[in-house]
Amino acid sequence: MKALRDTGVLFGRQMRHILRSPDTIITVAIVPIMIMLMFVFVLGGAIQTGADNYLGYMLPGILLMAIASGISYTAVRVFSDVQKGLFQRFHTMPVSRGAVLWGHVLTSLVSCLISVALIILVALLIGFRSSAGLLPWLGVVGILLLFTLALTWVAIIPGLSAKSADGASAFSYPLIFLPFISSAFVPTETMPAAVRVFAENQPVTAIVDAVRSLLDNQPAGGDIWVALAWCVGTALVAGFFALRVYRRTA
Amino acid sequence: MTEPIIRASGLTKAFKGTEVLKGVSFGVRPGEIYALLGANGAGKTTTIKILTTLLRPDGGSAGVCGFDVAQHPEKVREKISLTGQFAAVDEMLTGRENLVMIARLRGLAEAGRLADDLLARFGLSEAANRRVGTYSGGMARRLDIAMSLVGAPAVIFLDEPTTGLDPEGRLEVWKTVKELAGGGTTILLTTQYLEEAEQLADRIAILHGGVIIAEGTLAELKQLFPPAEVEYVEKQPSLEEIFLAITSGKGAGK
Repeated sequence: MKALRDTGVLFGRQMRHILRSPDTIITVAIVPIMIMLMFVFVLGGAIQTGADNYLGYMLPGILLMAIASGISYTAVRVFSDVQKGLFQRFHTMPVSRGAVLWGHVLTSLVSCLISVALIILVALLIGFRSSAGLLPWLGVVGILLLFTLALTWVAIIPGLSAKSADGASAFSYPLIFLPFISSAFVPTETMPAAVRVFAENQPVTAIVDAVRSLLDNQPAGGDIWVALAWCVGTALVAGFFALRVYRRTA
Repeated sequence: MTEPIIRASGLTKAFKGTEVLKGVSFGVRPGEIYALLGANGAGKTTTIKILTTLLRPDGGSAGVCGFDVAQHPEKVREKISLTGQFAAVDEMLTGRENLVMIARLRGLAEAGRLADDLLARFGLSEAANRRVGTYSGGMARRLDIAMSLVGAPAVIFLDEPTTGLDPEGRLEVWKTVKELAGGGTTILLTTQYLEEAEQLADRIAILHGGVIIAEGTLAELKQLFPPAEVEYVEKQPSLEEIFLAITSGKGAGK
């Protein structure tokens, strides 16, 4: 009960941060939106995907990019709390230790969700339409939340152990570019063999394919299970190591 | 003699093979200001971290308010507050929001009223609704100390409370600490400034090379000062001279 209350107080604190510096959410959303506009209005005409609507084809990849850049802020927020001694203050108070971390995790989930919502809004404005009903949409939100959760635990590790804010967020750059070497923007069939093997077996492809099928109101089939396995697996492994680092954090 | 409210017995701690504490023992009586004086790297912060449940000692034991810090850290946390080396304040929140947050985390009713009282007491009422990012160093430190007072803990640990402050900010903090002790709170502070220990502390312990090499009131420490050659020295030895005399070899062998 107390842990829940503490988590609520600390989550409220961080949501205030985000509302007061909306640039975090806007920065997270703006680059993926620019890339989306560029691909749809500049490059997209030349890309043969077999889908009748390129915007709908590449939207899932754009959302994953936004989440990958969003969690770099999670790492920076954790880092700054450790650096400024706020973790130390909370840890010497009768505050549940877990709540200090879960406050960050919840903030990460909610702020990424807001960025995702912003991008979908812009996509709707430039003509994105989905035939999916409520249930597939819930599935999409669920997968994106799980993906965010997995990457949040990844982000907490450098957040707790980095020596500088830049160091804390650097891990996210390769993640942000992962969608480019996947089925997010072009079909993997056109890639050279080695790249193709990587692209078809990395998590973004499975997640993108699953989300794309759900938004298209098509059966997602095996993709959804591969996507879920990647998300849950990453969350468990990263969570395990994050908690180990956290235990050593004063 | 009264039972010590803070007790350290033979604390040892090593980091990566380097012994930082080699058997630190001392006791702080209820209601006093006790200064742990030492140079950078003497082990002051390590001692504080052990006493505030942040670190486990390798050897020895420590207790606060009768609770062992290693066995009952959650009991200890209900009795203490730590003001660390850097003001642990949330710069994105206002001063008032910082205090309300701490009050809520401590599960106190009427968090708002409590925050307003503390703001008034620390001369921060006018700045209450400004973001802490706009505060001066002295103001942020006062807020930091005010946050440590939420819930009226019996023991307050101040780790180098004036490091990095300008002279004015330092005087503000000194005034605050004196008022606190006047209210019956026990204060353990660490400092590398001799003048600070001289100004604030009822008793002083000198931590050097991982052990306490001298302990006592300022008057008692003065008696440790070698009396030779004093005949033609008119003024009393300052704490600085005492400190330098006993840390430069004489007491370090113990």
